[in-house]
Order: sequence, then structure tokens, then C-alpha cells
Amino acid sequence: MTGNPETGRGYLAERGWRSWAYTLDHKRIGVMYLLTTIAFFLVGGVFALLLRLELLSPQAKYFSDHTYNVFFTLHGAMMIFLFIIPAIPSGLGNFFIPMHIGARDVAFPRLNLASYWVFVAGFLVVLASLVSPMDTGWTFYTPYSAKTGAAVATLSFGIFLIGMSSILTGLNFIVTIHKLRAPGMSWHRLPLFIWGMYSTSIIQVVATPVVGVTFLLLALERLVGVAFFDPAKGGDPVLFQHFFWFYSHPVVYVMILPAMGIVSEVIPVFSRKPIFGYAAIAYSSLAIAFIGFLVWGHHMFTSAMSPLANAIFSFLTFFVAVPTAVKVFNWIATLYKGSITFESPMLYALTFIFLFIIGGLTGPFLAALSTNVQLHDTYFVVAHFHYTMMGGTVMGFFAGLHYWFPKMTGKMLNEKVARIAWALVFIGFNVTFFTMFIVGTRGMPRRYAEYVPKFHAENVVSTVGSAILALGILVMMWNFVQGLRKGARAPGNPWYALSLEWQSASPPETENFHEVPTVTAWPYGYGTPKGPPA
Amino acid sequence: MSSPHAEHGDPAVAFETAKLGIWTFLATEVLLFGALFTAYAVYRAKFPALFQAEHLKLDRVLGTVNTVVLITSSLTVVLGVDAVRKGKTRLLQAYYGATVLLGGVFLCVKYVEWTAEFSHGVFPGTNIFFSLYFVMTGLHGLHVFLGMCVLAYVVLLARKGRLSENYTTPVEMSGLYWHFVDLVWIYLLPLLYLIG
Amino acid sequence: MGEILSFGAASGQAARVDTVFLMILVIGGFFFVLTQGLLIYFAVKYRRRRPDRDNETPQITGDYLLEFFWILIPSIVVVAIFYYGWLVYADLRIPPAGATDVYVNARQWMYEVRYTDGRTAINEIHVPAGKPVRFILSASDVLHGFYLPDFRVKMDMIPGRTTTLWVQPDRPGRYPIYCTVFCGAGHSNMTANLIALPPAEFAQWEAGGERGGPEGKGPEALAARGERIMKSAGCLNCHAVEGKKIGPPFKGLFGSRVTLEDGTTVAADEEYLRESITDPGAKIVKGYQNMMPTFKTTLSTEDVNGLVEYIKGLK
Repeated sequence: MTGNPETGRGYLAERGWRSWAYTLDHKRIGVMYLLTTIAFFLVGGVFALLLRLELLSPQAKYFSDHTYNVFFTLHGAMMIFLFIIPAIPSGLGNFFIPMHIGARDVAFPRLNLASYWVFVAGFLVVLASLVSPMDTGWTFYTPYSAKTGAAVATLSFGIFLIGMSSILTGLNFIVTIHKLRAPGMSWHRLPLFIWGMYSTSIIQVVATPVVGVTFLLLALERLVGVAFFDPAKGGDPVLFQHFFWFYSHPVVYVMILPAMGIVSEVIPVFSRKPIFGYAAIAYSSLAIAFIGFLVWGHHMFTSAMSPLANAIFSFLTFFVAVPTAVKVFNWIATLYKGSITFESPMLYALTFIFLFIIGGLTGPFLAALSTNVQLHDTYFVVAHFHYTMMGGTVMGFFAGLHYWFPKMTGKMLNEKVARIAWALVFIGFNVTFFTMFIVGTRGMPRRYAEYVPKFHAENVVSTVGSAILALGILVMMWNFVQGLRKGARAPGNPWYALSLEWQSASPPETENFHEVPTVTAWPYGYGTPKGPPA
Repeated sequence: MSSPHAEHGDPAVAFETAKLGIWTFLATEVLLFGALFTAYAVYRAKFPALFQAEHLKLDRVLGTVNTVVLITSSLTVVLGVDAVRKGKTRLLQAYYGATVLLGGVFLCVKYVEWTAEFSHGVFPGTNIFFSLYFVMTGLHGLHVFLGMCVLAYVVLLARKGRLSENYTTPVEMSGLYWHFVDLVWIYLLPLLYLIG
Repeated sequence: MGEILSFGAASGQAARVDTVFLMILVIGGFFFVLTQGLLIYFAVKYRRRRPDRDNETPQITGDYLLEFFWILIPSIVVVAIFYYGWLVYADLRIPPAGATDVYVNARQWMYEVRYTDGRTAINEIHVPAGKPVRFILSASDVLHGFYLPDFRVKMDMIPGRTTTLWVQPDRPGRYPIYCTVFCGAGHSNMTANLIALPPAEFAQWEAGGERGGPEGKGPEALAARGERIMKSAGCLNCHAVEGKKIGPPFKGLFGSRVTLEDGTTVAADEEYLRESITDPGAKIVKGYQNMMPTFKTTLSTEDVNGLVEYIKGLK
């Protein structure tokens, strides 16, 4: 199991499918997660393009309404459950958590491999459900999901398995971060990516079981007619929404916190300056995770909760804004008097901040009760969560991919092509999704296969944007493939970063470090002491 | 639980790691059942009369018998852990084997109960109370079954001579899990069988 | 707000929601300019100019006072926004005294309207302008939504529960109602209209007894009536004049022979059309599902006759 240093291929030295399928190496498992999730990102993206194509015309043109409904369900379910939840935590997290803390592997390597294969089993079950594809939206709201002809029970079971994989991964990371830190790696010397991953793991472990049970009950309602959510038997469809959002709201922080961690890594490296307000960024991750559990009701302001409950959820929701704002201020302050360069990881990190500010500032419209009642279930919401999830998480993911590509593969990317891709993604994204704020404010409901002609212009613009965005992502993927095939050999530390993962070879050896490192300082000691004091 | 990588070296660290792992796992289990207990609370508050009337259809005697069976099985687990700490692995096999048997008795009694209920025309889809009853006891029964598998595996490890007073981790972790399963039943009994 | 982002508010409540929107927009705009401005300014100003001196940056690691203020100020701002948003919302939830009650039940894929005096309608709600009206909302099958964009309000319609919503249309007009909770294949066609009439016209409409010609224009031809009913009763949510939708198309239907699901054929005559509207489960066309609800109680004989006459004309 030891990579041969002579080959220069590090942990990638062993070949053959068995060396991957049975591997206990957290890096290989991370790579398998990355490849799987990126594949689903591309498939989910194709569905998105089909949706945009149909919306070119106000009336049904290319697909029937039912087909459109299937497409947006698959787009949402794949992007959420098969891409964005596992991509950063299970992919990049698996690869870099042990390296960041100076460990040889995660705490339970066999459990880690089992998580991956449970994930695979989950998505195979999800694919099996395509014989009668879902048309309920990714929210599975009952009673529609209990009545529709689609294979809801199958899909629920698939997502239950994926949830189990997510729980086991989160558990593994919590134990790893607690118990396997290298000597000297105190909590306040942890890279901020680890703080983000730690907060994310807690949410995964605490929230996922609830949605697991919910999907189990939904499957049982279809199979044996249990009464939990069936109004005809005294059950309550609104209880389903409570259970669903008790998981599915916190899970947006599962998505965003690791991306924030990546941005907190990239910004200091390319500014050559220590991170500003380390403690505030670290603890705000925990604060977001905590407050995130108390705000699920803001998805249900029009679902017949009492006005008092609505007021409490609205009030708490606003307090998510504070720790997120703190992070944004700290990142911007890190740039102050830096020595900034704009390699592709930095471009994506800055894009993250830029788009996340827009996503964040449109949050209060939806947190305030009166405007929420206006904007709920319109395209405004679609725009808001794409700005935070795609503009936020996915840009953070791209930043991480570009940042760590040399470490993971031992090859450098073509920087010029990377920048072209970035420009296309940036323009395409804003054209696609900013128009959705406008059309949503004008009253266009979401999940509409057909719409009244007064919304036509915005939809055409949005579709054009989506084509640009897709082109950008294609160029990026092409660049990754080219980088793998003919990229220049990457040095161990191409960005001159201080965190531990860069102190290994590129690609790293199987057990990461020749000897367990001893940590004497935090990873953000850029800059010179000569500079003026803070 | 998978045992920690050999490279993590120090067995004391490995034990601590496994312990944190199993406690975190139990936390997820609490949330899993927690959702069902929440549903129980919501619907009992909404339909008190229904719960009062329907719970009389359950067999309190068999419920009590099963409680005694499970409490006894927790006792045998404690004795098993104590035995392995003293290095008596044969005794451990006996105690854990007994626990597996008691788990089997529990499931058989459960089978008798469910069969009787089905024959009285009571099904999971009958009403909210029985939906809760069947889902909660069913999920709990599944946990009992998985617990039996894990304990049987520990017995197998002991037979192969892989356990000693220096390596008790699988015994202690599986024991903790069994206690948790037992504890869930201690809540289920009054909530389902012994309403007001 | 202006016409670019939004259409004109149709009630005083809607205008107040717009002021909340505007307030958040202004506050958000301020923070947008501040943060994006600094982000871009710092990125440009502190770009690396001398590649050889990349690490000569000050070791600033934080500033407690600054951080204290940028925790405090957002906290105050969000509490203020919450409070204002809540104030306006509380008014939105409490209907004023003397509101007219209208019962609306949703099913796939239409709104069934019932007035307190017993009359019924599909997808059209007539109310007097200038007076508050309260909707009592229910659903028969799955979740639906009741969204009035001009009034900036919406409410879910939940099987097994009753929810309410009120508006006060200040001006006469025709205001769209959209379903906002995904409810299946016909979701995006599940629309209705709130028709606010000037008090005099409303009184006339109310006295008219039947849901007569368009706003009291006197008698109209039967086929024209059918065409109007077809649009207002929601037929076109599931049927198209031409081409397969959820239900079969109308064009060329009259006089043709229709194959039913059991393989038999029937002639599509007047009686077949009438029966298909009032008792749609009686004969199911091959290749379609039995899911159309009956319109026996919601459409008058006149309306059904009008529909039959209109379909006859679609050759």
C-alpha cells in the first residue's frame, strides 16, 4: 500500500480498478467522490439547459408540461443530493481534511470506503427510479408525492441511502478532526477549511437522520399506506414540510460552509497576507451551523403556521445574516494592503465573494415576512438560492478544484484557458440568474412549464445566459482533462502556501507525509512583521 | 464500526477514537427516533381520544414480557463487557451469545403480537395510532436485528481469539449500541402500551 | 418600485409591502455598494506590482474594535428590517371587519369558487372594488397555492385544512391568480382571475343571478358564450383546441367517431359532449386517464350548451 517515491506518482502509483475499488486511502476515495459528483453536476446541468430551452417559449414547445416537471425534479434532486451535498465535503474534504491536520488518514478508513459504496448504491437506486421518473420537485411535498404515478418509493430509498453515506462521512470527519490532529495542531491553528468542514459534519450528523426517517415514512405511505402525511386519515401534509425543512434548511449550510472554508484558504494565499479575524471566521461557521437549525420555518411562511411562529422564524432567520456578513467583511479586510495576484483559484474565490454578497443581500427580502409572502415560490427565490448555491458553493468548489488540482494530480492547469472559462462562467451566471430576480419580483411563479407572455423577454435573456454559462463550464472541464493529459509537472507547493497539505509531494504519497509533522504555528503567517501594526 | 487504521498506532488513542465514533453514531440514532417521537407528540395532542381507544388493542402482557427480556439482555451485555475486561473471553462468548438469544426471543414475541394484530384487521394504514405503532416498533425491531448481527460478529471475533483484555473495543462499542436499542424500547413501552 | 421591477400595487396593503421591499432594497443597495466597492477597490489597488516583493505585506490579523462594530451594525439593521417586515405582515393577516367571504377550493387543476349566496363559478371571482374580500381556501387533492401578484400576497391551499387570505382591490380591474405550490402536470396552467367591479356594476352582476354575459352586456350568442366559458371554466388547462394535452383535443371532434378505452367506438354527438362535461367518467377516450372532475354543479345548462355549440364549430 505504499506509493513508490521513485515513480513521482505518489498515491496514484498503483494501477488497476481493484486498487481504486478497495482502496482505504482517503485521497483515492476523495478522488472517486469528485469524479462521481462532477459527472452528476454535468448531467444535472444538461437538465437545467433543457429547462431553459423550453422556457424560450411561453407555451409548451419542445416538451410536454409533464416532461418539463420531470426535468426540473431531476435537475434539483441530482444537483442537491448527488452533487452539491457530497462534492465538497466528501470529495475535497476527504482528500484534504487528513492532510490539513497532519494525519495519515481519516479515523475510520474502512467506514470511509463503505460510505462511498453506500453512496454508489444510493445513486444506482436513484437511477433505477428513472423507469418512472419523478415529477414532484426535489421537495417531494405530500400529498402529491403520495399520489403521483412516479417511482417515489424507489427514489426515496435511494436518497435514504445517500443520506446514510452522508451521516457516516460526517461522523468520520468529526472523529478525525477531534482525535487525529498532528502534535501542535491546536484548535486555533486549524485551517479555516477544517472549521467549515467541522461545522458541516455536525449538521450532516444531526439533521440527516430526520430526513432519512421522513423519506422512509413517505415510502411506507406509498407501500403500506401509513397515515402520517395523509389528510384523509388525519395525517398532516404540513408535518412533512416541517420534517423536510428541518433537514433541508440546515443542509444549505452543509453546502456553503465548506465553500466558505475554501475561500478562507485561497484569499490569504493569493493576497500574501494573514487572514483577517481568524477567530471570527472560525466561530461564525459554528454559529451559522447552530442558527441554521432554528430557521427551517422560513420555508413555510405561507403554509398555515401561526403568525407568531412565523414571526419567531423570521426573527431567527435574520440572525443568519450576521455571521455570514462577518465572514464577508473579514475576507475583504484580508485583501487590504495585500499583494494580490489573480490566478484562477483567486478569481473564483473573489467571484464567490461577489456573487455571495448578492445572494446574501437578497436574503432579507425573503426573511422579512411581508416581502416573503410576496416573493415566496416565485423566481426571486430561484435566483436567490442559485446566487448562494451556484454563485456561492459551486464557485467555492471551482476555486478549490483549481487551487488543489496540482496537489491532487501532480499536474499544472493551463492558466490562460482557466481564465477564459472563468470569464464565461462569470458573465453567463449573472445573465442567467440576475434576470430571475426581476421576473420573480414581477410575479412569475417557479416550476412553471408555461407562463404568460409578459415574462417572455426575461426568460429569453436567461436562456442566453445559461448557454454562455454552459460553454464556460465545458471549457473548464476540457481544461481539466488537458491538464491531466499534458499539464506541466506541478511542484510540491506551486502557490507558496503555508498549510500542511502543501508540505507534501505533488501528488502526495499514500500516507501523505514521510513523518508526522509537528505544528508550531498557524497556517496564515504571510506578510512581514515589519509592516505597520493593525 | 470499523477499527481505526493500524497506523494510528497507540491502542489507547484507537479506543478513544472508536468511542467518540460510536457516541456520534448514537446521536444520529437519537435524531432518527426523535423525528418519530415528535410525530407521536403532534398526533397524540391532536387525537387524544383515538390514542386512548386504540392503545387498548395492544397486548400489554406481551409488551411487559418483552421489556423484561430486553432488560435482561442489557444485563448480559454488561456482564460480557466485564468478562472481557478481565480477559475471560469464553465467558464473554456465553454472555453475548445469551444476549443474541434474548434478542431473538424479543423478535419472536414481536412477531406473535404483529400477527395477532393483523388477524384483527389492524394494519399500518389503519389510522395514525397504528401507523406510529407499526413504524416505531418496526424500526426498533430492525435495530434489534442489526444489534444481534453485530453481537454475533463479536462472538465470532472472540472465538477466533481476536479479543483480549488489551483489545476490548468491539465488545464495548457493540455493548453501547445494544444499551441504546434497549433504551428506545423503554420509551416505546409507556408511549404505546401504557397510555393514561 | 416603478414599472420595471414590479407592476403597480393594486391595494393599499400591496403598496405597504412595496415600501418594505424598497426599504430592504435601499439598505441592501448601500451594503452592496460598500462591500463590492471595497472588494473591487482593494483588488485593484493592492494587486501585486513587484513580483519579487510579494511577501512584504503588513501582518494584520484582526482588529477587535472593527469586528465588534461589524457584528453590531448588521445586528441592528436586521432587527429593524425584521420589525418593519413584521408590522406590515401583521396587518396583512388580520382582515378588516365587514369583509365579503368567498370560498375557494382548489383541485387539479382549477379553482372552484362559491359565494355565500350559493352561486358557484370556476376560475373567476367577482368582487366589488374598494371593499375588503376574504378568501376561505381549501384543497381537495394535493397542495395548491393562491397567489395574487398585484396584491403581493399568497397562501397555500392544504387538503384537510382551511386557510384564509384577504385583499382589498382599490381599483376595478382584472387581476391574475396563480397556483404557486407545485401540483402536477397542469400546475403552470392553473390560473384564475379576480375581477373587481365598480360597486354599481357589481350590484348589477350580483342581481343578474346567472354569471351572464361579459359584465352585463346583454344576451350573447350561444357559441360565443361557449368560447368564453371554455376559457374561464378551466377547460383549456387540460384540453387544447388542437393537439394532445392532459385531455383530448376539441378540433374536429364533433361528428367524428371516438375510440374508448375498452375498444368500442362512439359517435361524438351533442349528447356525448354534454355527458363528457357533466359525467366525464362515463366514457374514457383511449389513451387518456380518468381524472376530469364533473362540472354538473359548477356549470349551468346554458353554459354546457354554449360549450357544445362552440365545440361543434371547431372543424
